[in-house]
Amino acid sequence: MRPLKIVVLIKQVPDTRNVGPDAMKPDGTVNRGKLDTVFNPDDLHALELALNLKDRIPGTEVTVMTMGPRRAADIIRDSLYRGADNGIMISDKRFGGADTLATSYTLVRAIQKLPSYDIIMGGRQAIDGDTAQVGPQCAEKLGVPQVTYVEEIISITNDEVIAKRRLSKGVETVSSPLPCLMTVHGASPACRSKEAKRVMQYKYARTNSEIRKNDEFVKALHSKRPYLTIPEWGVEDIDADVTKIGLSGSPTKVKSVESIVLTANEAKVLSDSDLDIENMIKELIDHHIIG
Amino acid sequence: MKSVFVYCEVENHKVAEISQELLSTGKKLATKLGAPLEAMVFGSQLGGIEGQISQYGVDKIFVADDKRLEPYRTLPHSAIATDVLKQEEPQIVLFGATSVGRDLAPRLASALNCGLTADTTILDIGDHFVKKEKKEYKDLLYAIRPAFGGSIMANIINWDQHPQMATVREGVMKKEIFDENYKSEIVEVDVNSIVSDEDFVVKIIERHIEESDVNLKEAPIIVAGGYGVGSRENFEHLEELADLLGGEVGGSRAAVDAGFIDHNRQIGQTGTTVRPKLYIAAGISGAIQHTAGMQDASMIISINSDPEAPINSLADFVIQGDLGVVIPKMIKFYKANAK
Repeated sequence: MRPLKIVVLIKQVPDTRNVGPDAMKPDGTVNRGKLDTVFNPDDLHALELALNLKDRIPGTEVTVMTMGPRRAADIIRDSLYRGADNGIMISDKRFGGADTLATSYTLVRAIQKLPSYDIIMGGRQAIDGDTAQVGPQCAEKLGVPQVTYVEEIISITNDEVIAKRRLSKGVETVSSPLPCLMTVHGASPACRSKEAKRVMQYKYARTNSEIRKNDEFVKALHSKRPYLTIPEWGVEDIDADVTKIGLSGSPTKVKSVESIVLTANEAKVLSDSDLDIENMIKELIDHHIIG
Repeated sequence: MKSVFVYCEVENHKVAEISQELLSTGKKLATKLGAPLEAMVFGSQLGGIEGQISQYGVDKIFVADDKRLEPYRTLPHSAIATDVLKQEEPQIVLFGATSVGRDLAPRLASALNCGLTADTTILDIGDHFVKKEKKEYKDLLYAIRPAFGGSIMANIINWDQHPQMATVREGVMKKEIFDENYKSEIVEVDVNSIVSDEDFVVKIIERHIEESDVNLKEAPIIVAGGYGVGSRENFEHLEELADLLGGEVGGSRAAVDAGFIDHNRQIGQTGTTVRPKLYIAAGISGAIQHTAGMQDASMIISINSDPEAPINSLADFVIQGDLGVVIPKMIKFYKANAK
């Protein structure tokens, strides 16, 4: 088996799964600034699947790629600690406000800068939008088959991969030629932990814009150990058409947002009377909890 | 007038529930716009399938019948749908937010270079004024969906790159027959003129689809019963409520041990950990071993005759009463008030 080139698309997201009391404003709406950012959970599963292939096939190279603000370099370092070989940061103010179509265009422009790839992987969906759209949109733009909701890679040869997919009502095993794009389901194995040795090795890994802000020690270290420098690509580096990126490249726009008021107060105690139960059902319907 | 289009999922000659829900909603949108409703259905041995679709008030049905089109695979379905949509140029296209719809719709949106909103729960028609252009766009699709972990509802629009596409969550829209005798124009799609061998490079080796597959982790709503439910028969009422709300039934360890419900539906430390949007705990006292598996639910309703049940401290609503009274009332009032 020849070594593979794998690209894992990763995203830093607000931790919408842990909306604690301090993340709520007095009016009961979410205060985004108070939410921690995390490595999107499904993307960690994708990274594990890629690292597992690296374990199985010597010489395989795993590159993580993220589009986001500069602080998203944290998840690139996290990936290096867990076993990724390289990371690429795609960051430029003009990429901001992108919907899934503009995001997939941008990622694909960056992927096409790479000399070659066999598998593009990503989490099934990100917890901030839950759209699950960027993967298939990238696959279409790259002109490669997509295998969504992957739970396990059963076997892989030089030109074909066999994978198990987790569907909403069952499972399916499919074969796909390489190269292809896979989105990885959260039912796949959890990602391995950071390795102490790799943390030591990569703790000074920085993007160019981070290096500029660091002291002379870090600058000197980077000129001595170039592998610590995380490439950072902007609009010109990936030859992107500015009409297809960011807000202007996004057909979908948010017209309005209505906050759902979260109830952090005491439980409402109800009787089993018709009135109490009907009022509760109406409230649940009005708040889009049911119906 | 540009049409409203629905992609219908079909398996074993049956149009999926979600697709029937979409056809009903699509008809309402089409009526508001004064536009025709169109549908596409791709599969194998589809003779007579229009009988299940026309009645929702569908004006035109595109049928692609070929043994290679079932079960669903991304590339051939995407090739045919792209061809049909380029030819018909609809204004709106709807898909189910299912394993199939969420795989197909984004691929199509990329191919057609148009906008797509995922997982919508409300669809409507309205206008939007674009300040930059000083122009009012009429009759746009309002694709409304929960976002940010369910803490906001966002209204997503798209005024300049049509069609406007959306996937719609299962079980949210109501299925309504428009006219049993409605006549549709049937267009048979010439599959071979559209697909090539390249579209069949992904092969399905094995497939297990179980209608009854338990998927507690993904369920947005869970109705869970404890020992207090009393019997396997009483659990059927919980199942009825769960089905109605588009959720799943679960049980505490005590209920599983008592044989009221199957082991694969157990919630808690030794069962499945769940984080649904709504968790209804019926006759569950709330031992730590159970609450550890459900305390992250966004909203919790506890129904218990014991006002001191520990689970009540986690709940948003506590209903003090007998399950035999409360559950049927919830079913009744949901049916009466659901939109």
